[in-house]
Amino acid sequence: MSMTQHGKKPMTIRTRRAITGYLFILPFILGFLVFMVRPLLNSFYMSFCDVNPNGLTMEWSGMANYKYALFADPEYNRLLTEEISRMVINTLATLVLSFVVAVILNGKFKGRTLARAIFFLPVIFSAGVLLGLDSNMLGIEAQNTLMSGISDAVNESGGVNLTESLQAMLRASGIGTRAFQVVFDIIDSVYDIVIASGIQIIVFLSGMQNIPASLYEAAHVEGCSGWESFWKITFPMVSPLLLVNAIYTIIDFFTKSNNRVMEKISEIMYANYKFGVASAMSWIYFGVSILMIGAASLIITLGVKNVE
Amino acid sequence: MSNEATRREPKRQTFWERNRKSHGMLLKRTAGQGAVSVIRGLLLFGLCFMIIQPLLMKLSISLMTEGDLYDTTVTLLPRHLTWANYELAASPTILNYWKSLFNTFWISLSTAILQVAACTLTGYGFARFDFPLKKFWFACVILVIIIPPQTISTSLYMYFSSFDIFGVIRAVSGRTLNLRNSFTPYALMCATCMGLKDGLYIFMIRQYFKGIPVSLEEAAYVDGCGAFHTFWKVMLPDAVPIMTSCFLFAFVWQWTDRFYTNNFLRGFSTLSGNLPGIQQRLNQLKSTTGQSLQVSITRVQQMISTGVIMTIVPLLILYVFAQRGFVESLSTSGLKD
Repeated sequence: MSMTQHGKKPMTIRTRRAITGYLFILPFILGFLVFMVRPLLNSFYMSFCDVNPNGLTMEWSGMANYKYALFADPEYNRLLTEEISRMVINTLATLVLSFVVAVILNGKFKGRTLARAIFFLPVIFSAGVLLGLDSNMLGIEAQNTLMSGISDAVNESGGVNLTESLQAMLRASGIGTRAFQVVFDIIDSVYDIVIASGIQIIVFLSGMQNIPASLYEAAHVEGCSGWESFWKITFPMVSPLLLVNAIYTIIDFFTKSNNRVMEKISEIMYANYKFGVASAMSWIYFGVSILMIGAASLIITLGVKNVE
Repeated sequence: MSNEATRREPKRQTFWERNRKSHGMLLKRTAGQGAVSVIRGLLLFGLCFMIIQPLLMKLSISLMTEGDLYDTTVTLLPRHLTWANYELAASPTILNYWKSLFNTFWISLSTAILQVAACTLTGYGFARFDFPLKKFWFACVILVIIIPPQTISTSLYMYFSSFDIFGVIRAVSGRTLNLRNSFTPYALMCATCMGLKDGLYIFMIRQYFKGIPVSLEEAAYVDGCGAFHTFWKVMLPDAVPIMTSCFLFAFVWQWTDRFYTNNFLRGFSTLSGNLPGIQQRLNQLKSTTGQSLQVSITRVQQMISTGVIMTIVPLLILYVFAQRGFVESLSTSGLKD
């Protein structure tokens, strides 16, 4: 106001809105610059350096850390490829499972609220973090609590491990082992998949509940069966959410701290004090995860377009 | 079934008569529906059991005496019920439960409030205002979601051990601050949208605001309300559900978080920070009582189970009372673009 009184050019509404907008996002900008950009650049620089942990002095060493991480370290390579293939399988399985569960929970039956509450429970407990604690922290064979509990019980009661004997039988019968291995991997990690899909189930479920009922009524009047209207209405209407869920799942998988690559990185950082190598490893990992997210969104966007 | 039908309405046909009239369609449909609900029930029961079972197992293990652990005939239920494990875990030597609970509570509460405040402001800014470089800054939000916090933890750690804001503090007091064991750095991070999963909250809140019609704000502007006043008086009351939701998530995720706790809050005795050290402390306890043998893995597992149960019971209570708050706004904001 005072500006207009002094005869200067008044601010346009646009400029004023822009300034207000910047004021609103100011916390983010500050935090991003101070707590994100700076450490990121620092860690990027560190990945090209030989860091002396005592005085924290750095010496430029070029690509040496990257070379070490990729070619010299005995584990990193293997862990990285393992985690990527596990990520691909787990993401697909999570999408399928959360979709199926959302379809089931979308129906009307007794105890629906309870079932929904239980499926969401692992999100509240960050079950991956807490329940994974025992196996990860103590260096015991990395088995999830459920499976180890059950197989212990089975073994103790004098029986044999069901999955293992089934696996052995199928292997002996000589049916394509590689394909079965993938299936067994999924079965073994079914617990991890279920506890990691709470959010995805809710997202799919809310998508399904947002579909107007009139669509189904119209389809029913036209003589559409339930199965048909599922594929012609529910699936196409919810499929845009596939992308959201896929990206959420991938990010969740990559940033989980009980991920084995993450563990390797913190081990190198805090146990061996090789800051440079650890930074190089995390940058390689970050690059890979960006690539994966990009690939997933490309595939799903193309796929969704085809469906439509 | 036929009894009931005839009693109420004498004219009504029995199930089998109706079935004959529909050429077997009725039976088929009823059987199909029955089969669907049986399969659905089995599937849901199996999956729900799978989620609940580890918790029940931990609960049962935590109530066993040490003798029960080594008894092979005891598998599911404890033979000698005891609270001793809880008492031991609550004692200052192992988990320091009450103090840790208190610390965890106020840390989670204050960080969640800071996070929600900062993220609501930012989310509103992204949802309602047009400004230069908006796309760029939003891409930065996405980047914050994607970057694993581990990537920057080392440099943040080093940064906080000699903390300075653009050389100001050194100029005033002559030296940099060591904030490694204080709450300040993490509070600062939360207040500037860099806490645990803040990118996600910004995204969710932005989506939510975008779903609210603009007309209310326009009316407020016409009546001469400023932007901040409008935000405070008109928009915030509408945003209560999404803020509650984000607050609850921030609270429970901070409660169980190990990563940020280990890196920035080492000076505090917290529940999630104390859990992994249980083995070491059990061994120490044993060596002070004069025994040199290591505590058995099973015993350590038992104490960890006890600790985990003690950690999540408050969350369970919260969930029972605030379940709607968690889920409701997720479905209204839809998380979609």
